[in-house]
Amino acid sequence: MGKISNQTVLDKLNQQFGDKISLAAEPYGLLTFETTKEDIIPILSFLKQDEELKFNFLTDITGIHYPETALPIGVIYHVHSFVNNVRVRIKVFLEEINPVIPTATVLWEGANWMERETYDFFGITFEGHPGLYRILNVDDMTVFPMRKEYPLEDPNRVDKKDFFFGR
Amino acid sequence: MDHPIIAARHELTETTTLNLGPTHPATHGVFQNVLEMDGERIVSGVSTLGYIHRAFEKIAEHRPFYQITPLTDRLNYCSSPINNMGWHMTVEKLLGIQTPKRVDYLRVIVMELARISDHLICNSILGVDTGAYSGFLYLMEQREHIYEIYEEVCGARLTTNIGRIGGFERDFNDTAFAKIKKFLKNFGPVLKEFEELFNRNRIFIDRTAGVAAVDAETAMNYSWTGPILRACGVDYDVRVNEPYSSYEDFDFDIPVGTNGDIYDRYLVRQEEMWQSIRIIEQALEKVEKEPKGIFHAEVPEFYLPPKEEVYNNMEALIYHFKIVMGEIDTPKTEVYHCVEGGNGELGFYLVNDGGRSPYRLHFRRPSFINYQMYAPMSAGMLLSDAIINLSSLNVIAGELDA
Repeated sequence: MGKISNQTVLDKLNQQFGDKISLAAEPYGLLTFETTKEDIIPILSFLKQDEELKFNFLTDITGIHYPETALPIGVIYHVHSFVNNVRVRIKVFLEEINPVIPTATVLWEGANWMERETYDFFGITFEGHPGLYRILNVDDMTVFPMRKEYPLEDPNRVDKKDFFFGR
Repeated sequence: MDHPIIAARHELTETTTLNLGPTHPATHGVFQNVLEMDGERIVSGVSTLGYIHRAFEKIAEHRPFYQITPLTDRLNYCSSPINNMGWHMTVEKLLGIQTPKRVDYLRVIVMELARISDHLICNSILGVDTGAYSGFLYLMEQREHIYEIYEEVCGARLTTNIGRIGGFERDFNDTAFAKIKKFLKNFGPVLKEFEELFNRNRIFIDRTAGVAAVDAETAMNYSWTGPILRACGVDYDVRVNEPYSSYEDFDFDIPVGTNGDIYDRYLVRQEEMWQSIRIIEQALEKVEKEPKGIFHAEVPEFYLPPKEEVYNNMEALIYHFKIVMGEIDTPKTEVYHCVEGGNGELGFYLVNDGGRSPYRLHFRRPSFINYQMYAPMSAGMLLSDAIINLSSLNVIAGELDA
């Protein structure tokens, strides 16, 4: 599919960043690796500006929550090289209380709302973001609803109890 | 919270704050723009969204895979079959299901019909917003015919819930094929007539050409995809770059614009409809050549058996039970799959932990990402231009808010 192989991308990254890139894998052919919050912006800007790789397009930024792990909050970037038709998925894991990561709006304007959405649902602070406030939920919401401890419905409500099927 | 509900006021200027939306007819959906106006000209704007946010990503974490399809309907409800198919293909990619060629071609037919209905609404509404109502009426009738085809295939019209994981719930019947052929025969002349009304129309060109022009660099910086990116001259189309559902078997062109203005977006969408007709014609030919009666992959672990089988056949009953109760293991992995939706790259990022429902599901909604440039690009524009700019972006509130 792509004009350059995942191995080429990974080799270039390893050459530049060495052990800052960990747990590289390719589920369904999409190169995936982890890094730290200190290195994410250098890696993204290297991917974007490298003459050969040219990952010029930010597809998506989103979050994930794995409770009861050492670093439970994840930020996931999908970057796409239009020139080479290759995608890369980068993950950064952060601590649960007050997770902070530098913003990608310095590289792509499009990251603005994606980061706002991620903040809105996971409570991840993107440092340096030009206007980080809630985007889809109401402003006076106090929780971050996509975190796993937040239930889909109020567990105390009784009007939907079904005594036969044990809801 | 210092969230700007009204646009910033300066002491020395006399600007007015205008609330465009949330339920203004010109926005064609429930979202708000708070604009700071200097007479007819927009000085700055703030977009407020989330009015129909329904927490689909959270709900999806509590539902088995096959029950997420109706959630995807409600993203871009102008072309829900594309969303449905995108979701089915994501799960099929996760589970490693190979669909038969005939299923792929039938899916292509449905998806291209959906693309036509999406573009047709966008372009005809653009006409309405520029003051030409009649073209809208011509094309709206054709959308009705597309909905009749959906009805024949799956029983529903708008929120279709069409198809199943592995294929379709039933085969296309002869009436469905007859309706598709009749639609193809009748749609071309109507679209031609519509183009004759608009393409060289002095008023329409004056209103749209050169308005809200965006260069390719800026568009890609804002992560634009779909017809509006192609109007800027970038030939990115998921159907070609990462073919899914056997799109590589089809012969079609990707129209691109030059200026990225509203007129180019209109022309790109118009040409895409012609290309969709081409694709459907080819797909019908290909379906003819495939063995009849195949409408789903042989995956009894995930494809619900027909009801009469469930009552009369032991294995079918077991599979039915297992599927409904979610007793079948799925791989612990993650997958990103994208399709070319009506507005651009519609992506599904699915993280699976091996259970019956996703651990995390994220929709990459093109409207949401395309729309964020709207407020910055409106600055300095006339209000009437900003309105048609909004319709040419084809922002669908359901896809905006998820």
